[in-house]
Amino acid sequence: MIQAMSREWVWRVLAPVLVGVALVLGWEGICRGFSIPSYLFPAPSAIVASFVENMPLLFSSFASTALVAFKAFGLAVLIGTIVSFLFVQSRFAEIGLFPYVVLLQVTPIVAIAPLIIILVKSTELSLIICATVVALFPIISNTVTGLRSVDPGLLSYFKMKRAGRLNTLLRLRIPSALPFFLAGLRISSGLSLIGAVVAEFVAGTGGRDAGLAYQILQSGFRLDIPLMFAALALIAILGIIMFLLMSALTQVLLGHWHESAIAEHG
Amino acid sequence: MDAFLRSAANLARPQTDQPAVPSEVPAARARLSIEPISDGLSPGPAVTVAGASKIFSNGTHALANIHLSVLSGEFVSFIGPSGCGKSTLLKMIANLYEPTEGKISWWGGDRRQIGGPGRRLAFVFQDPTLMPWARVEKNVRLALDLEPRGTQDTNALVAAALEQVGLTRFARSYPRQLSGGMRMRVSIARALVDSPNLLLMDEPFGALDEFTRNKLDLDLVQLAWKQRLTTLFVTHSIYEAVFLSTRIIVLAANPGRIYGELLVDEPQLRTDAFRDSDRFSELCRELSRMLTGASKAVMA
Repeated sequence: MIQAMSREWVWRVLAPVLVGVALVLGWEGICRGFSIPSYLFPAPSAIVASFVENMPLLFSSFASTALVAFKAFGLAVLIGTIVSFLFVQSRFAEIGLFPYVVLLQVTPIVAIAPLIIILVKSTELSLIICATVVALFPIISNTVTGLRSVDPGLLSYFKMKRAGRLNTLLRLRIPSALPFFLAGLRISSGLSLIGAVVAEFVAGTGGRDAGLAYQILQSGFRLDIPLMFAALALIAILGIIMFLLMSALTQVLLGHWHESAIAEHG
Repeated sequence: MDAFLRSAANLARPQTDQPAVPSEVPAARARLSIEPISDGLSPGPAVTVAGASKIFSNGTHALANIHLSVLSGEFVSFIGPSGCGKSTLLKMIANLYEPTEGKISWWGGDRRQIGGPGRRLAFVFQDPTLMPWARVEKNVRLALDLEPRGTQDTNALVAAALEQVGLTRFARSYPRQLSGGMRMRVSIARALVDSPNLLLMDEPFGALDEFTRNKLDLDLVQLAWKQRLTTLFVTHSIYEAVFLSTRIIVLAANPGRIYGELLVDEPQLRTDAFRDSDRFSELCRELSRMLTGASKAVMA
């Protein structure tokens, strides 16, 4: 049984790695075979060389973008959770505020970002606000749905036991909402990174705290396409890290009881 | 056998369009071969429903003019065609729904009586309604967590409740790791840990196979006897109603109302041998006839 499980696990890791290696080798072969210039479409070896050459710069940008994305994500979780609780506890708050939450969601961040960057003095703060705006909606939407998706039988039981609002919230609504909340986190973690990158593009800020989006912009201007690909790869890696962190959190919190986590991880 | 038939004819009292008269109940009670039970606090009925009706906000007339009185220690089942308001009546008695008209009293008083010493109420739903994120012991403990009892050793109470339903070994399991029957036992343990005096059960074994249902019925009837519980039980099964009950209330639909009642004048502590008896078959036939009548009954 354990052997079969570990075989399955090795296969799950090995299969994507093999596909990746094949793709990279094919890519390298095509670039070399057709002598494609690196300013048009660089070979993986050229990207790696550029990555090694610009490592300090890229890591500094990586840290900068990651910091903005994580701070924005944390802020979105905090605000989203508070707003969701408010919506569930007060019908007036929900009816009054929900249209504006939707408005924030449907307005493209590219359109709002310049305004935020002008209004907020600190560049980092303006980037965080932009990324938070993008990441906020899925958390509110999912958490509100979760807090409302309570087993009616259990709710009747709590009512019969004359449990107060706080007891019902802590013992019933929050655990019931957890799967929805975590699904929202998974979406929002990716969106906070997208928001951070888009905001960096709009802000176009250089200097010591320049993010990965700035490196992409600059390498585009200089036709340093290998560096552009290296920065792009780091953004993708950052997105994967955030997704894996959320998956691990989901597994820790739901793995022992919720079908989604049990089915996914056996 | 003739005596049995006469007895059944007398006990089965179709009451088309007639409310069950509370004053009839003590007389009926005297015919039951069980010891009168007193909790020392409430010599009167555990529950009295006086002219209760229920009309939902969408206009559905669920119940009309229900009169009912249940004495302490009785095991009363409600049976009737779908939509006759059995569950609604039970939820009204559980104080989950307000009657649109009429009054419900518990131990001779209003809802404030519920929860006092010797006046505890527990409800077992149609589904186990367990918290899937919590282990079995935590599910059972919920009743005590929501209504803390001061210095009482909650661990001991939870352990005792689990032992009563035969799930001691599964205290650390999650609900998803249990069978349907076991999950329902957890739900019953959660009700029992509260040391209820009045146990309300809304078709709790409806989704289980016949074998498991019979086993749980046997466990329940013995438990109710041992704990001196007043039990109100909703079911669709004629056999289950006859096996468990000291009194069966037959309801008719559109709107839900009491059609009649059948007294089961057998010792309250039943065994499987009762299922094989002629008396059991006779009572089932009688109840079946009443149910057919209730299904055809149209409000005058």
